Amino acid sequence: MAENEKKHDPEKEKRKIQAVSRMKEIMTDYYIEAKGAREKGRKVAWITSGGPVEPLIAMDVIPVYPENHGAMIGASKMGAQLCEQAEEMGYSRDLCSYARADIGDAVAKTGPIGGLPEPDMLVCCNNICGTVLKWYETAARFFNVPLFILDTPFIHREFTDSARKYVLAQIYEYISFLETHCGRKMDYERMEEVGRLSVEATQLWQSVLDTCAHKPAPMTAFDAFFHLALIVTLRGTQVTVDYYRQLLDELNDRIDRGIAMVPNEKYRLLWDNLPVWYRTRWLSDKFAGHDAALVADTYTSAWSGMLPEMNGQSFLEAMSETYTKVYINISIDRMFDIVAGMIQKYDVDGMVMHSNRSCKPYSLGQYDLRQMIMDRLGVPTLIIEADMVDERNFSESQIDTRIDAFMETLKS
Amino acid sequence: MNPLDRFKSVWNDPNDYARKRKQQTGRKILGYFCSYAPEELIHAAGLWPFRLLGTKGEIRMADTHLQSYCCSLVRGGLEAALNGSLDFLDGAVFPHTCDSIQRLSDIWRLNAGFAHHFDAVLPVRLDTPSARQYMIDVLNEFRQELADAFGTEISDDAVWQAIGDYNRIREKLSTLYELRSRAPGLFDPSTVHRIMTAAMVMERREFSEQITAFLEGVEPDAAGRSDTGRKRVVLSGGICTHPDIYELLARAGADVVWDDLCTGARYFEGRIAEDGTDPLAALADRYMERTVCPAKHQDITVRGRALVDMVRHQQAGGVIFLLLKFCDPHAFDYPYLKKFLDEAGIPSLLLEIEEQPPPEGQLMTRFETFVDMLA
Repeated sequence: MAENEKKHDPEKEKRKIQAVSRMKEIMTDYYIEAKGAREKGRKVAWITSGGPVEPLIAMDVIPVYPENHGAMIGASKMGAQLCEQAEEMGYSRDLCSYARADIGDAVAKTGPIGGLPEPDMLVCCNNICGTVLKWYETAARFFNVPLFILDTPFIHREFTDSARKYVLAQIYEYISFLETHCGRKMDYERMEEVGRLSVEATQLWQSVLDTCAHKPAPMTAFDAFFHLALIVTLRGTQVTVDYYRQLLDELNDRIDRGIAMVPNEKYRLLWDNLPVWYRTRWLSDKFAGHDAALVADTYTSAWSGMLPEMNGQSFLEAMSETYTKVYINISIDRMFDIVAGMIQKYDVDGMVMHSNRSCKPYSLGQYDLRQMIMDRLGVPTLIIEADMVDERNFSESQIDTRIDAFMETLKS
Repeated sequence: MNPLDRFKSVWNDPNDYARKRKQQTGRKILGYFCSYAPEELIHAAGLWPFRLLGTKGEIRMADTHLQSYCCSLVRGGLEAALNGSLDFLDGAVFPHTCDSIQRLSDIWRLNAGFAHHFDAVLPVRLDTPSARQYMIDVLNEFRQELADAFGTEISDDAVWQAIGDYNRIREKLSTLYELRSRAPGLFDPSTVHRIMTAAMVMERREFSEQITAFLEGVEPDAAGRSDTGRKRVVLSGGICTHPDIYELLARAGADVVWDDLCTGARYFEGRIAEDGTDPLAALADRYMERTVCPAKHQDITVRGRALVDMVRHQQAGGVIFLLLKFCDPHAFDYPYLKKFLDEAGIPSLLLEIEEQPPPEGQLMTRFETFVDMLA
């Protein structure tokens, strides 16, 4: 009875974001298209979440994202089971759970969509980690398909001229790779058009995230985790531009009508690292129970951080810098500058860091980042130890207690 | 002190050796964590490259900077930097390496307080002309940064000289490995391991003299006394800092005859061409051609083929994988390497090492069981 009442709670209904259903439609269509690609004679490329998808779109190749699939597996609470499958194949339990779950599912095909559409080619950009390099090498051996690596040198201090030259050379190698494996030439006019749509979608995504600067925030990071899917997978398409325009209008309308995602928003928090996909609802309710809204995060904003500085360059030229400078391909001190900017922009009271066993480049360094945030900005910061997909690494009672204790400090 | 005793005492306490030798020679010391650190340039600058291998002591200070899921090389290295045991270092160079060492570089730069810090961000792919060119560019930038930092010039001639020095050292180490492979009983089981450590930490001019003297003193084995009658195995992995492994294996009935460790054969593998026009291109070419570290990208089955070839060439009966816990690149390659070995009918054993190897009794049982299976 109580649950029934909850479902029809008009207050809760009012707070639901309507665009969600459109998003589900688009993603369903997209996966149906990808699954049926072979019959229609279209090529499928697996690509990393931080990789340049635009040339694929311009070449009419369907991009498929094993990481997005990993997130789906996590959200469906199938992570542990598929990870164990990979562990039986000899992959260490200490490896990234996206990679383990995806490798497990490639063999078992028991995941939420019964296995990803198999790739005709693989495109791996190491701007997010060295793990994707190893994961894609594994996939290249498993599926016996060509692999392209876009190597984006890590930026400890600055993006050097030699790195710029190297990445740009690879962008053209990437296009040659696609031309070889698609059996046709790149249409550079189409490429620039896709680039224009990508920039437009990225700007809209930034505007969507910016609505949370409003008090109270019309959505939270937990919503951003969901709405992120399109900017990752289908940047450079009209459908993505249209979708984010629709979402932005709805969020602005919520601001006008005073609809907040967290009913009595009193505390505004910044989230760091990937979501804990199998516990987003629990965490969302947990924070909302303390009248706290996660108004921004360093993860979903990584894709709006990809907005290129065009400076009269072509999209392809601008891409080399854009893709190299993403949030986790930079040093801790550069990360601090970005976090400090977000703390100010979204007027944040505290920070929650997910120390994610699966993601070393994101997580190692968090302790130092936390210290810098507390020392230089005086912003209280909580670290929770967990994992994005493997629920065996989540201790509910411990995290529950830590969040309560952290919120008590914020309130006092 | 004879050369072998010298090597053993260096192995026993590399930091103490460095401190004393630095006082005698006045030579500045640059630390490094990776076999892609361009030692020849450090040597050409008149500095002394010193391989960092973690710590044998307790971890206390590094825990406030690193999570529990970080490998012992990174954790131990940071601990040593923070607790003062590396006080003789003038700085360190980080050639990128992997996700963990890339972050270690940041944490080190922000906390360790050494006079100098270098990031030579080498390419990850080692299979294209553009990557080779980028590597040459990075080596050039590092050469310039080194020269500026230490107020010196590093001429092409100096680099050629350093390349020559390193080629000679690598030839000697290669000879040492060949000798052991031919006649494992010539040395105590862990001797070669200790010498390799010394090779990476000793002031190179001294090491060069000592290894020459050592090899001259090795008695040819006319009587075949050095045939141990034990089985032959190779080690595969990243680093090994545990001499006990060699000794226990010998007791269990097997000799280590070769390896693909970055603190082992990969340290001396690959000669640098001395007849080119650009010494940095020559350096880059060794890195491009040497069998890759799993954190780098080359041909995606090259490590598997190289391992099978090594076993056959060395007439070894099996492979022992030494995987450092939380080392992602090696852990990702393990299943496919094992598959290659299985298909070639070569038995293998996986040993995961945290700070310490498993307890001796347990290790002995595993080794004995494994050695019994070997041809």
